[in-house]
Amino acid sequence: MSHPKPQPSFKARAGAALADPTLKLAIDRTTGTAERKRAAAVAAFPEFDAARARGKAIKDHVIAHLDHYLETFERNAIASGAKVHWAADDAEARAIVTRICLDAKARLVTRAKSMLGEEIGLPHALADAGIERVETDLAEHIIQLAGEAPSHIIWPAMHRTREQVAELFKAGHHPPPTADDPATMVQSARRELRAKFLGADIGISGANFLVADTGATCTVTNEGNAELTTTPPRIHIVTAGIEKLVPSTAHAFALLRLLVRSATGGELTQYTTFHCGPKRPGDADGPEEMHIVLVDNGRSRMLGDEFREMLRCIRCGACMNHCVVYRQIGGHAYGGTYPGPMGAVLTPVLDGLAGSRDLPHACTMNGRCAEVCPVGIPIPTLLRAWRVRSWREGLEPGVMRAGIGIWAMLARRPALYRLATRLALPVLRLFGRRGWIGSLPLAGGWTAHRDLPHPPGRSFMDQYRDQQAKKGAGQ
Amino acid sequence: MSAKPHPRVGLFVTCLVDAIRPQIGFAAIQLLEEAGCIVEVPAAQTCCGQPAFNSGDDADAAHLARQTIAAFEGLDHVVLPSGSCAATMVHGYPELLADDPDWAARARAFAARTHEITSFLVDVMGYRPQGRRLDASATYHDSCSGLRDLGVAAQPRAMLAEIEGLQMHGLEGNDVCCGFGGTFCVKYAPISNAIVTEKAEAIERSGADLLLAGDLGCLMNMAGKLHRRGAATRCFHTIEVLAGRADGPAIGEEA
Repeated sequence: MSHPKPQPSFKARAGAALADPTLKLAIDRTTGTAERKRAAAVAAFPEFDAARARGKAIKDHVIAHLDHYLETFERNAIASGAKVHWAADDAEARAIVTRICLDAKARLVTRAKSMLGEEIGLPHALADAGIERVETDLAEHIIQLAGEAPSHIIWPAMHRTREQVAELFKAGHHPPPTADDPATMVQSARRELRAKFLGADIGISGANFLVADTGATCTVTNEGNAELTTTPPRIHIVTAGIEKLVPSTAHAFALLRLLVRSATGGELTQYTTFHCGPKRPGDADGPEEMHIVLVDNGRSRMLGDEFREMLRCIRCGACMNHCVVYRQIGGHAYGGTYPGPMGAVLTPVLDGLAGSRDLPHACTMNGRCAEVCPVGIPIPTLLRAWRVRSWREGLEPGVMRAGIGIWAMLARRPALYRLATRLALPVLRLFGRRGWIGSLPLAGGWTAHRDLPHPPGRSFMDQYRDQQAKKGAGQ
Repeated sequence: MSAKPHPRVGLFVTCLVDAIRPQIGFAAIQLLEEAGCIVEVPAAQTCCGQPAFNSGDDADAAHLARQTIAAFEGLDHVVLPSGSCAATMVHGYPELLADDPDWAARARAFAARTHEITSFLVDVMGYRPQGRRLDASATYHDSCSGLRDLGVAAQPRAMLAEIEGLQMHGLEGNDVCCGFGGTFCVKYAPISNAIVTEKAEAIERSGADLLLAGDLGCLMNMAGKLHRRGAATRCFHTIEVLAGRADGPAIGEEA
């Protein structure tokens, strides 16, 4: 994989996150606001359910006819003057982008936030090629200063509090901002980035949609940085996953209504731009060259397996905003490009299950992610599919396999199960006092944090059988 | 509404109620009988298989699905005092046995007559408790599987509204997971603890005397945390209150 694997285990990363009260404050601020705003936006949009059904149908249709729409898109993109490149995996995608930059003798590249770019490891690849990279999204600018990866797919710097950002800007901006109120800090970032926008040789963006019947790519931002990234430089490179296709502009708008409401609670972002080919004769501005890199990286494999429905994902982040686990540990603990519930489905696809088996297991299966998903992805079902694979491939720890094995051996034999319950309950009653067990061998995971109610001396089934016997005798 | 006024109902008591709190099973029998059902408790029941199902051990989960379906054959309905075990049967069994030609149709038929108890009492039997009184305040946690997989939300509240003297308090984040998640709570204990701590804080803020919910797993998690924190909140399964059985010890209290 492109980026070095984080060394500590998932549990260690989660433990470190849980021990960081500033992180929790930052997560609560952002996800709490996101949850409230989304709820208000959905409440004010009576046809939300119908829009969701339509969005799901659009994505399912495109996924079922991906070959057709890919060819249509390629044909129309070429007709608009763009060059289209195909990358089977992350390494090919990095090589294509790096080659374009080197051929153009680019020294400075600006980049508008793109999770696909993170997925293929573009930031590191550009650095390795000796090309200066400037992140133009405000949050990406923050994490570039901090030397970090995104912790959320919509708010990459959501793990940083405003106070921490003020510190980063003081150290990283020249001259530093004169005050640490948000308006002054934003002005400082604008001053810092403006010169880079105008001096860049190449601008790289992602795409929220690839429109098949026009060959256009669509970006969605609130800061206008995508437009400043893609317009002034000589060359515009788009990197996009092949699942971003939609048949037409109208279909893109049907999905935009879902995407923006689910992501930020707005009706539409400040900037929604369709980039269609390079500058044409008579155009006032625009790049001389436009390259579109279509990235597979595991997606065509998903077409044929249990994870096909994940290809509907439009990357809104609602699942993580509503996830009880994400809201405790944040994004970095997940260890992959994509965090939260959607990341727990995608990371095993991208990085392999062996190194990420914790992610599909670290979920309570409460279903809230699926409830808020704007394209109806049954995330818990997909996470369970990974658990089934993990079990089948023998990746589950021996203790867990043995525990489930002993339990299942008993549960499959009702008479033996009754006997085991009859023997175990009095033993359990030896522990604890006054109704509660505060510490129990082999149950430390439970009793480290909470008490366990004392079981009764006899099970329901035994008590019920006695009752029935008495009734029978009395008749 | 059920076609039969006196359907034969099989009670699946669940492994947790069997071992930890039998009185929930007896409350279930009482309410089902009050609603006009003829209740049977098949002896060949153990666990619905959810621990295997959620661990990815489909072979054991499918075995327990077949065993349970066979044990409840011939009964009009299967009723459980748990949304998550009921959801395993309603959604999980047909999925597990979809490719088994001998069992796929049986699993679908079994799923169609399986119900979580509060929704069964209200939606199928049209039951409301009568003449019950409990002078206390209570708050209600919506357990996730019952709420999202089976649509259990209005039914328990409609029945609780019939209990005289019972004051219901709102619960902030009533539809947010308590952090139990079956084996999740021991596999990822520190994360589960952080989640249930927030839940316990919300329950304490509600100011209610009692916490009610429809799943013993979630209740044990929340009750265990509340007790560890020294909170005075007492925890009962919803149907214990509905059956007038909340005058004795709450979960974790000795008789």
